[in-house]
Amino acid sequence: MDSTTALFANAIVAGLLLGGFYAAMSVGVSISFGMLDVVNIAHPAFILLGSYIAYTMNDRLGLDPIAVSVVLSPLFFVLGAGLYRVYYLCFEQRGQESLRGLAFFFGILFITEVMLVLVFGVDYRMSKTAYADTTWRLDALDFPMRLVVPFLVSMLMVVGLQLFLSHTFFGRAVLAVAQDPLALRLMGVNPIRVKERAFALSIATAGVAGAFLIVIQPVQPAIGREYIGLVFAVCVLGGMGSIWGTLLGAFVLGLAESFTSTFFGPSWAPAVSFGLLLATLAFRPAGLLGR
Amino acid sequence: MSIKYLPCFIGRMLGALLVSLVLSGAALAQQPLRIGFGMSQTGALAGNGKAALISMEIWRDDVNARGGILGRKVEFVQYDDQTNPSTVPGLYTKLLDVDKVDLVVSGYGTAVIAPAMPLMMQRKLVFMSLFGLNVNSKFKYDRYFQIMPAGPDPAVDWTRGFFEAAATLNPKPQSVALVGADAEYPHLALEGAREHVKRLGLKLVYDKTYPPNTVDYSPIVRAIQATNPDLVYLASYPPDSAGMVRAASEVGLKTRMFGGGLVGPQFAALKTQLGPLLNGIINYEAYAPDVGAKFPFLDQFLAKYQARAAKEGVDPLGFYLPPYAYAMMQVLEQAIKGTGGLDQGKLAEYMHKNSFDTFVGKVSFASNGEWAQPRMMTVQYGGIAGNDVAQWKKSGLITVLYPNEYKTGTVRAPYHENRK
Repeated sequence: MDSTTALFANAIVAGLLLGGFYAAMSVGVSISFGMLDVVNIAHPAFILLGSYIAYTMNDRLGLDPIAVSVVLSPLFFVLGAGLYRVYYLCFEQRGQESLRGLAFFFGILFITEVMLVLVFGVDYRMSKTAYADTTWRLDALDFPMRLVVPFLVSMLMVVGLQLFLSHTFFGRAVLAVAQDPLALRLMGVNPIRVKERAFALSIATAGVAGAFLIVIQPVQPAIGREYIGLVFAVCVLGGMGSIWGTLLGAFVLGLAESFTSTFFGPSWAPAVSFGLLLATLAFRPAGLLGR
Repeated sequence: MSIKYLPCFIGRMLGALLVSLVLSGAALAQQPLRIGFGMSQTGALAGNGKAALISMEIWRDDVNARGGILGRKVEFVQYDDQTNPSTVPGLYTKLLDVDKVDLVVSGYGTAVIAPAMPLMMQRKLVFMSLFGLNVNSKFKYDRYFQIMPAGPDPAVDWTRGFFEAAATLNPKPQSVALVGADAEYPHLALEGAREHVKRLGLKLVYDKTYPPNTVDYSPIVRAIQATNPDLVYLASYPPDSAGMVRAASEVGLKTRMFGGGLVGPQFAALKTQLGPLLNGIINYEAYAPDVGAKFPFLDQFLAKYQARAAKEGVDPLGFYLPPYAYAMMQVLEQAIKGTGGLDQGKLAEYMHKNSFDTFVGKVSFASNGEWAQPRMMTVQYGGIAGNDVAQWKKSGLITVLYPNEYKTGTVRAPYHENRK
């Protein structure tokens, strides 16, 4: 493989691996924001919470952060269910979810951040795994395990979620609840319970994405803010409420970032990514796979 | 009141005035000396900011134990600047106009020092700053002072060690790649590096910056590798230092020298997290155990700092920023005592004309407020095994390449063969 071809092929691999990570970060927002109309701006805070829990188990007990996050995802599910209950009772039920609900999630974001500062301090933390410093090479192609392992687990999670939401009664109820809660009620389904569980599912994915984050890069309590724009951009680019769209949007942004960094200069990467988002919204306001 | 009582009345009034003047003078002496600053306690540089804050608090407690400055106890008024430059002007305006502090000093780092400069100049205040690189090159403010030992031509002196070490390679390097984060410090460091590229007649094959919140740095390293440079100079902040070092290892970067201006590996957190990945990397350090004998003044500080740092969960080594944060306050203390007050003009004049004994040695300032003599060392990491923090206190892991008076070895090149 000549050097230009190798550079091109590696840019594709790096973009896809990065896209896989972005998909894991964004799929929860796709459910809460895209399907449930809950503007959970605190989603990155739960990702960070997942990072720190995975870090603690890794640091104290030597457990693999990703395995820990999968095992502990039911805890995040319960946390998400509880949070939605509070949100519903305080805001949604009273029809005050738009502005006050947004302020509520901002508050959750900052409280979580401060809590993490108090418990873990402000230094950067990183997990230690056997595979993190290993790179698998195929001819001129590099596959850093630090990104490959999160990518594979992310694909399992995202595809699994899509299958779950499209092939189960609960999944179809989630899709229906954002469109017409009253119709759902007439079908004998409690829309609040459906939303509660779906929101809980979105928080559970944040916990797993948090483990990916701490495997990929060092984290500190305020790093979540850097991802607010990204996760919502992926969700909007892919199409609101579409899991496949989220996956596609994440790959598009990952590939755009990788190609721009490789061939044009990394400082252009955010401009190209968000330029793509704007162009997509201009021609397809509903996003790539949105309806 | 009859005229005959007038002298008595005036006498009483004068007496009362005298007593009130004496009392108010005594009260002023009792008023604390308030020093205000912003410091990063959250955000990307919070780990470093917190370590600096602890050092400054140790200084404050030491001074107050000695009875304060000019008979006044020292008090800090400080806010979290969130490592966010946009918070800085408002924060210092509040310190000056609402909190009415007597003096201000800077927070940690170029990014939060530069935004405070216009306000300092407008109010004609002495501004003692903590580890800002070449901030005064544009402002040219005569009341600006800087505690980092970067030297009178900061950007050029800062990057000199890397290029002087490169010049010792045989055969001479021909090409160089410059890369850094899109932030104040890397921009200024890269400016200095370009001067050396010109001076040494090197071919510049890559000169680009990246957004600080980049997740995957491997495409950047691959793009650099495609230009096949002899040297790669990197100016980065802690998260991207970690990202670039990891990416260089994953991609298998082949170059003769890599590093130069990475912020982060000076602190225990990144030293332990990156561990053996630092092998072969060239960087800057303010201290190395191999030349510990040349820094006898540091022991007094470390004895105070390390016990408290362990308790507070910040940088347990304290070789880099913390002693300079303490020294910054020592300079201010000696200047106030030397001038006998807080007159900003007199303080600035005194600081320009005198040298100061501190825990980082003797400090004297050049006309632009930078250290008169540079002292930052260019080093190469090697022989690191595992992620244990204690190994960094022993000699042998940090070879000093420059300046010559501290030199303990020569460059081990190429980088990729010394990475293991």
